[in-house]
Amino acid sequence: MEFKVQLGPQHPALHEPISIRMTLDGEVIRDADLRLGYNHRGVEKLAESRSFIQNLYLTERICGICSFSHQTCYTQGVEKLMELVPARRGLYIRTLVCELERVHSHLLWLGVAGQEAGFESFFMYTWRDREVVMDILDWISGNRVHYSMNTFGGVRRDIDEMQRKKILDTLDLLKQRTDYYLNLAASEPTFVGRLAGVGKLSRQQAIDLCAVGPTLRASGVPMDVRKDDPYAVYDEIPFEVSTADSCDVLGRAVVRVKELIQSYRIIEFLLKNLPEGPFKVKAPRKVKPNEVYSRYEAPRGENVHYIKSNGSDKPERLKVRAPTLANYPATIAMLKNGFIADIPLIFAAIDPCICCAERLVQLDDGRGRGRVLRFSELRAMANERAKKIDYTKREIAWPF
Amino acid sequence: MAILKPILYLLVYPGLLFLLVYSTFVEWVDRKLYARMQNRFGPLHTGRAGILQPVADIIKLFAKEDIVPERADKRMFSALPVFAMAIVCTAALYLPVWHYQAAPSPISFPGDLIVVVYLLSLPTLIFFLAGWHSTNFFSEIGGVRVLTMLFGYEIPLLLALLSPAVLAGSWRLVEIAVFYQNHPLLMLANLLGFLIAVICLQAKLERVPFDIPHAETEIVGGQFTEYSGRKLAFFRLLGDVEMVVGAGLIAAVFLGGFPGGLLPGLAWFVVKTLFIVFLLAALRAATSRIRIDQMIAFSWRWLAPLAVLQLFIAIIIKGSAS
Repeated sequence: MEFKVQLGPQHPALHEPISIRMTLDGEVIRDADLRLGYNHRGVEKLAESRSFIQNLYLTERICGICSFSHQTCYTQGVEKLMELVPARRGLYIRTLVCELERVHSHLLWLGVAGQEAGFESFFMYTWRDREVVMDILDWISGNRVHYSMNTFGGVRRDIDEMQRKKILDTLDLLKQRTDYYLNLAASEPTFVGRLAGVGKLSRQQAIDLCAVGPTLRASGVPMDVRKDDPYAVYDEIPFEVSTADSCDVLGRAVVRVKELIQSYRIIEFLLKNLPEGPFKVKAPRKVKPNEVYSRYEAPRGENVHYIKSNGSDKPERLKVRAPTLANYPATIAMLKNGFIADIPLIFAAIDPCICCAERLVQLDDGRGRGRVLRFSELRAMANERAKKIDYTKREIAWPF
Repeated sequence: MAILKPILYLLVYPGLLFLLVYSTFVEWVDRKLYARMQNRFGPLHTGRAGILQPVADIIKLFAKEDIVPERADKRMFSALPVFAMAIVCTAALYLPVWHYQAAPSPISFPGDLIVVVYLLSLPTLIFFLAGWHSTNFFSEIGGVRVLTMLFGYEIPLLLALLSPAVLAGSWRLVEIAVFYQNHPLLMLANLLGFLIAVICLQAKLERVPFDIPHAETEIVGGQFTEYSGRKLAFFRLLGDVEMVVGAGLIAAVFLGGFPGGLLPGLAWFVVKTLFIVFLLAALRAATSRIRIDQMIAFSWRWLAPLAVLQLFIAIIIKGSAS
């Protein structure tokens, strides 16, 4: 018996609103579709009315987990527009925070994967160790979530000798714990049984559907903006692009743990080779008319900002493409022919950040008809629609 | 006096009062152990070391709004939690806590082991009905999963419980317990069966790794999705009482029961059930939830054959002894 089900926008597995519409055959998903647009924040429009400097702190607030990714992506774009060469020490510190953020994001993801798989102990352990890296970020920037470290031409805060030593010391603890997790994730039979073979995405599919980040790399495609199109000081740092060939959720977990280990190596290299000198240079306030396309490897995948300037101190247009949006088509392909029990795992495996990816799309039919609706009118429309639904009918699949 | 004892038996020990108080205590122990294994503290505030937290949770749930879905069968929906509770409390009366072979309890009879197993499998059926009558998609999936899981663990559990009974030559709980009190070394013969029974009890209680029917990240609350307030409180309390009765059953069958009259018997009951609760909590902390097909495959590939092997061991030992 096939039946249609709507999962979300409110569901315990989803921390943000998104709706998955599925056709089920018993416990097996035959068809799936995603509905977006439950959360629109108007970040891009807001950015147009603020100066470049103010937008630093706005772009940071696009995401709570990869706040630094969005800020750095934006900063690097604007620096290109300004034709500004940032201070070398500043770039090193910027890269350091990038990698620390990757560490905290991947540790967070490991915990989420554990929780979605029903492995609460794993969740508790990884999130406890995540506190260590959160503390490091707190020492460096004074903040736990929005670090506000970037500025045009470098960073806003320097790090001193004591901080450097302290970070190197605590890194050993993180390394030990990560080795333990790698061991645990590979040997705990119930956990491996849940992850292996789930959410298959072949190499070709991953390329065709434009997957990004760990999702893509777990399908055996070694693509990483840090290697392919190096920004900041990544061209000077020795590191490897982590991949896996299993094409499933276990592979995505392995890629992330491998990336953690690479990140520790990068952090160590950065701290040991930190150059002397100023950590920022002075930047102009106004920007010449131009446009730029800025790429950044966020923990979740390739993050893209498009910035257009018109000669004033405000951007004419800022377009943000968060990595989650690029992974949606691949998610739908992964969900098909999976089990209901695997939905949270498959969905969590792309590390979704739904609200970061939500953009308003306005379709213009070319006839120039526009209409402004008041909130009260919208409510009246919704009520009218809800009244028409016959709730006594059992066959109703979803009311919208 | 003749009337007083059954009334005490029904209402105080091991009846309602003891069961309810002890089950909240067991929930606290379980939560505390689970939390410590996860590097957390667990409940801390209500009572000393949070010992009253389960009671507070139940009271709070009782005070909450109680919603019955519009499309649900109202009478069935409301009656099910009470039925389930009554059945599990009845099963508790058969536990040999306060009687000896010489002076058996009023309801003990040869074959009560089967009755307890039967009564303990009824709540599972009620969970299914609860899910089905909620008329919610998630509840229905949960209900179906409950039944599917029943086919996995019920037979290994019964086989595992039967082998000590075969060795003891009786299907009466008190006689099995007395047999192992007299021959403590023979308890080792049932070690395999004991482990199988603990794993099956975990599945019966629907705890990690077998919390498939109400896996919250997949199907919200499973069969309990539409339940709220008093009715949900009943189901929650039911889980604790079922844990006590299940642990008591395994302790009576495998661990030599609760000898020594009222107070020493009570002490034995607490020690032995808490030992089993510790095993259950450790199992819960060390594993991740498995899929329903993996659970069934595990039951039939491992649990059932091993339970049969345990039965053979019991029969061979029995044959060589006589």
